[in-house]
Parts: sequence; C-alpha cells; structure tokens
Amino acid sequence: MTTPDLWLDAIILGTRDITPTVREFQLRYPKSVHTAPGAHVDVQAMVNGQPCTRSYSVVRADAKDTLTIAVKQVPDSRGGSRYMWTLAPGARIRASAPKSNFEPVYDASPCLLIAGGIGITPLLSLAHALVARRAPVQMLYAARDRAELAYVDDLRSMLGDALSTFVSSEGEHLDVAHELRALPADAQVYLCGPMGLMDAVRASWSSQGRDRSRLRYETFGSSGRLAPEAFTVHIPRLALEVHVPATQTMLDALTDAGVAMVSNCRRGECGLCVVDVLDAHGEIDHRDVFFTPEQHAQRSKVCTCVSRLAGGRITIDPPWRGDPDLTQTDVLAR
Amino acid sequence: MDQRATFPLNAWYVAAWDAEVGRSLLARTVCNQQMVLYRRRDGRVAALADACWHRLVPLSLGTLVDDDIRCGYHGLRFNADGRCTHMPSQDTINPSACVRSFPVEERHRFVWVWPGDPALADPALIPAIPGMDDENWAGDGNMVEVKADYRLIIDNLMDLTHETYVHGSSIGNEALAEAPFEATHGSTMATVRRWVLNEEAPPFWAAQLGKSGPVDRWQVIHFKAPATIMLDVGVAPTGTGAPEGDRSQGVGMWVIHIPTPSTEKTSYYFWCHLRNYRVREQRLTREILQAARGILLEDETIIEAQQRAMDANPGRDFYNLNIDAGSLWARRLIDGLIDRESGADALPARVIPLVPQPDTVRA
Repeated sequence: MTTPDLWLDAIILGTRDITPTVREFQLRYPKSVHTAPGAHVDVQAMVNGQPCTRSYSVVRADAKDTLTIAVKQVPDSRGGSRYMWTLAPGARIRASAPKSNFEPVYDASPCLLIAGGIGITPLLSLAHALVARRAPVQMLYAARDRAELAYVDDLRSMLGDALSTFVSSEGEHLDVAHELRALPADAQVYLCGPMGLMDAVRASWSSQGRDRSRLRYETFGSSGRLAPEAFTVHIPRLALEVHVPATQTMLDALTDAGVAMVSNCRRGECGLCVVDVLDAHGEIDHRDVFFTPEQHAQRSKVCTCVSRLAGGRITIDPPWRGDPDLTQTDVLAR
Repeated sequence: MDQRATFPLNAWYVAAWDAEVGRSLLARTVCNQQMVLYRRRDGRVAALADACWHRLVPLSLGTLVDDDIRCGYHGLRFNADGRCTHMPSQDTINPSACVRSFPVEERHRFVWVWPGDPALADPALIPAIPGMDDENWAGDGNMVEVKADYRLIIDNLMDLTHETYVHGSSIGNEALAEAPFEATHGSTMATVRRWVLNEEAPPFWAAQLGKSGPVDRWQVIHFKAPATIMLDVGVAPTGTGAPEGDRSQGVGMWVIHIPTPSTEKTSYYFWCHLRNYRVREQRLTREILQAARGILLEDETIIEAQQRAMDANPGRDFYNLNIDAGSLWARRLIDGLIDRESGADALPARVIPLVPQPDTVRA
C-alpha cells in the first residue's frame, strides 16, 4: 500500500546553488513533518500549465517543519526542474510530507552506497544515518565534472577514505563489476543514479548471483541513456498516429489522444502502463526498472510512463480488443 | 480523497438464485436498497421496497396473501406493483399509498433486480452467461455473504495468480503464478488471458481430467461491468491442440462469479461451476460444489481480512502491481458507469477509444 498525497502548502524560505546545476530549496511546512533517511517529497510542479507531480530527495531536515531538497537543472527534462528553478524565496509550493521507501537496514553487514550525479541526494541522508549508527559504510560517487560533485566536502569529512569519487571528464572510470566483486557476500548496496549506472549495477549484481534483496535502488524515472526527443507513436489497431513532444511522456500523449491506458506509479516501477511494441524505427530508451535488462534488449514491450523513443516512430498495440465474443473458443493469443 | 460511489445503481444485479425465491418473503439489500422478494402464483418474481408505506415496518416481516404482501403490523396489503390493495378500518384506500417496486428479471437461473431508475431497466442489458442455459453444460452453485466491498471480490478474480498462494492444495501451483498473462479491455468488458503450457496439472484439474501427464491449461477471465465475472478455464493433454482452439480432448468449465454489492462493505457472492464433461453425473455436480465451497471459503477469509485491514488503515491506497492490470480495467469500467449516472461524464471516461472500432475483435 501507499499513502496517497495529502498536499501541504509549503513556503520556500531560501535557495542556494551548490553546483552550477544543483540548487537547494529550503521548504517550510505548515506543520511538523518527519524525515526518515532516504526520504523524498513529492511536489506539484506546473508543466505546460498543468500540475504534475515530481519527486525530489530530502538532503537534510533543518527543523521540525523545515527541510531542504536539492534539484538538478536538466535542460531537456520533462519540465519539473525548469519549474523549480523559477521559484524564488517566498514562493509557495504544494508538497507532500516526506516519504521514504529507501530506509537502510541496520545490521552488521557492510554497506556500499553508489551514487551517480544528482543520485547523491537520497544517499546523503543514508550516509549520515549509517555513520551515526557506526555501520561499516563505503561510498562510490561518480559525476561528469569535478564541479558537479555536490556535497563532496561534507561527504569527505564524514567518510574520509571510505569515499571514492570518479570524475569522467578527468578520465576516471567507475568499474561497477570490479567494485561489486570485491564485496563480501552479505554486503548491502544502496544505489541511485542515471539509468546506465543503475543497469550496470543491476546486471553485475545478478550475474554475480547476489541476493536480490540486498540491492536497493531508487528511481524517479527521470533519466535515460539518451536525451528526450519528440517521436511518433503509430497504433494500427486504433488507426491512430500520436505525436509525443520531448517534454511529454508517451503515457500522457496516448491518454490525451483518447487511448485508454491504466497506470499507477508513473516512475517505471509497477509495469501497469506497458504496451506491446510491434515495430520501432529509432532507438528505444528504456527508463523503467520493471523489466530486466534482458527484457529491454528484446524490444517487445515498453513502459510508457517513462520510456521513450530517441526520435523516429514506434508502432505499438494498446490493450483495447473490443468486447469479446464468449461463444468462441479462446485460443492462445499470438 | 475518492468520494465516488462504489457501485452504479443503473445496472442489473443478481439478488437471488432462482430457487431461493418462492412463495415466501425473502429480504435482500442490493446497493443499499432494502427489498423484499417473492414469487407470484404464476411464477413471476416481484421485488418491493422492504418498508411499509404506513409506518416503515419491513414488509418482509409480513405474510404473503395470494400475490400481495400483508404488512405484519397493521395489515395494509400491497400488490406486486407496490400498489396498496387494502387498508384496515376504512372503505377506501388512500390514493397515495404505495411502496417502490423494482424491475425484476429472471434469467440464467438468477433473479436480477435494477436498483436505479426503472425507466432505464432494459432486460437486454443483462449479461449473457455462457453455459448456464445449455444442455451440454451442467453444474450448480451457491451464495455466500461476504463482509467486504464487492470490488475486492472482483480484484481477487481478475488476478488468478492468487490461486497459487490461496488455493495451493487444489487449483494453484507455481507454474500458474509465473506464466505470462495478457490484460485487455473493450467498452463494457475486461479480459485477462493466461495459458500455462506443458506443465503438471494441479490436484483438482488432474482429477477432473482423469489422466496423468503434462497439460496445457487455459484461464480466461471475462469481466462484464459492473459485477459479472465468467471464467473460461480448463486443461487438455499437451499436444492435443487446445492452444490452437481444439479442446475436444480436454475438460473445461465456465465458472461464474457474481458479487452483488449489498452495502459499501458487504456483498452477496453468487457463484456457480459449469462443466462440459460427465454432464449426466449428478454425483460429480455435488462433489464439485463441495470442493468449490472449500475453495471459496479460502477467498472469503482473505477478502474479509483485507476489508478489515483497509478499515484499520483509513486513507491508505493500494499499491498496484503489473498483475493488477485486469482489476484496474474492471474498476475503470465500473467507474465509467458510476460517472455516467452521476453526471461526471462531462469529462470523457476514456474507456472507449475515440476511433470507432468493430465491437468484437479476436485477439
């Protein structure tokens, strides 16, 4: 079960740029809120004039009713970060109380935190919580540029040598398979980062035969391997052609075009908005964690709430079949 | 949060099995409407509001006199149309004296009532139920009262993965929970298809087939809004052509489940198992009925516990998984009916694609 969003009217007390592309927003709530390690808040962002829910990790709790989130400005995003960056101190925003699906397990086993870019944000509070419990913790932190290593000074003073950074523009490469091989069998991994990093860790984890429950990751479905581009969806069963702009999800574009769809999580976890792929001219950028990397490679199904085509045209089959004729014997479909 | 009604009123609901209604008064509450059912001398069923016009005492506490109900308090009589036919100690009848009469139809061995606007009660809207009126199919069923929202029973049936975990000793096994499925929908129906190929049959099905060896098992769940579920299920020995449409070497059932909302949190759960093999063996009818009763009790236990947990966690929503696609389509169709009658359909329900479609498309 999940707790549905009860929107609270928060006020932005202040903002602070901590890297050229990451800005903190300090939110004050109308009441006390509890922030667990790894927590995020949902906020109502206005995108193309419509309220849309976006999730941002809490980087610290400042007071009983005040907390700070960090938002990376992504020029080609779905519009949430662009909206956030327009907000100045004093602005009001509707936000949920913090929720955490990412709380650590405090047992004696070693913890490895793996962060890529803005994925550092949920891991920051996890690192604090684990260090406070004197849990054995290590962190691998990868970013494109040194200037984008947000919170690296805090982390260095907290973790010391247990922090390793990898700056790709300086030729430093995080070898995921190598790092995981070095872990004892009972190690736990907490992971947040871009899709490529998440896929690499998930693939190595399973190929090394590790316990699935010891790998925890969080995704808000917002990053892909490829930049979002506009593309076209062709639906032969409905004789329909739908244009998906770079700033809209395939799920929303299909729904707006009148295609009946069901969905729930809208971040690539639950698999309800999946449709069959009949053909694709263009590269499918799978951004969900519902399918395995092997299933992604088959290119036969796509999670429409997050995944996209990097330009071009995709042919799909939605779940519409019309009312069936019950006097006919059912035969195995396809 | 969601203040939408949980059931549409403008729909046919099963109020009773045919054999439950006779020359006596049967009280049922359908969609919060308290009604009393009885059979007239010509066999036709009547359904009246279960509250006397005079002092609101339930008419079901009265007596059947010819085709009228006589109230057990002051003796007012009402006919099958709800009109008062007798008042005590006066020679006339108050012209406004009447109770509500609900549209009733008897079909597919069930008594259907329409709790909403009687002007809209078109008998053609009663779902067609395969096997129920067909001499090649035999079987029987029952009704249990379940202390839960009828939609929880629909959720349960729209994802038969639960058979593996709730009914592991009879009809469930691991192969079932892991087999791929397909959830599709039309304008009034939702369908979940699952085939398990070349696997050992679970105990119940192995006994029905009467043969050992691997089988192909089909499970096609048809939901018709608002509350009729028809399961097309069966097994055939692998290699005899069932996946291609030839089921002649197998055994099949239509399992009919109709959970009628009584209130928001209670239901009458009607069910029936129809088979197309050994149709003249009445002993088998009894054995399947008894086996089904045990299986349904397992569902009832889970669903009532779920309702209690929901009441204990107010404001919490379900997390839906991929396996819940069938139930989400069913609920979408139910909500579409509710929105249509509450006037909320100024916004399109988005069940029916905008592009016209032939109504029947084979997968």
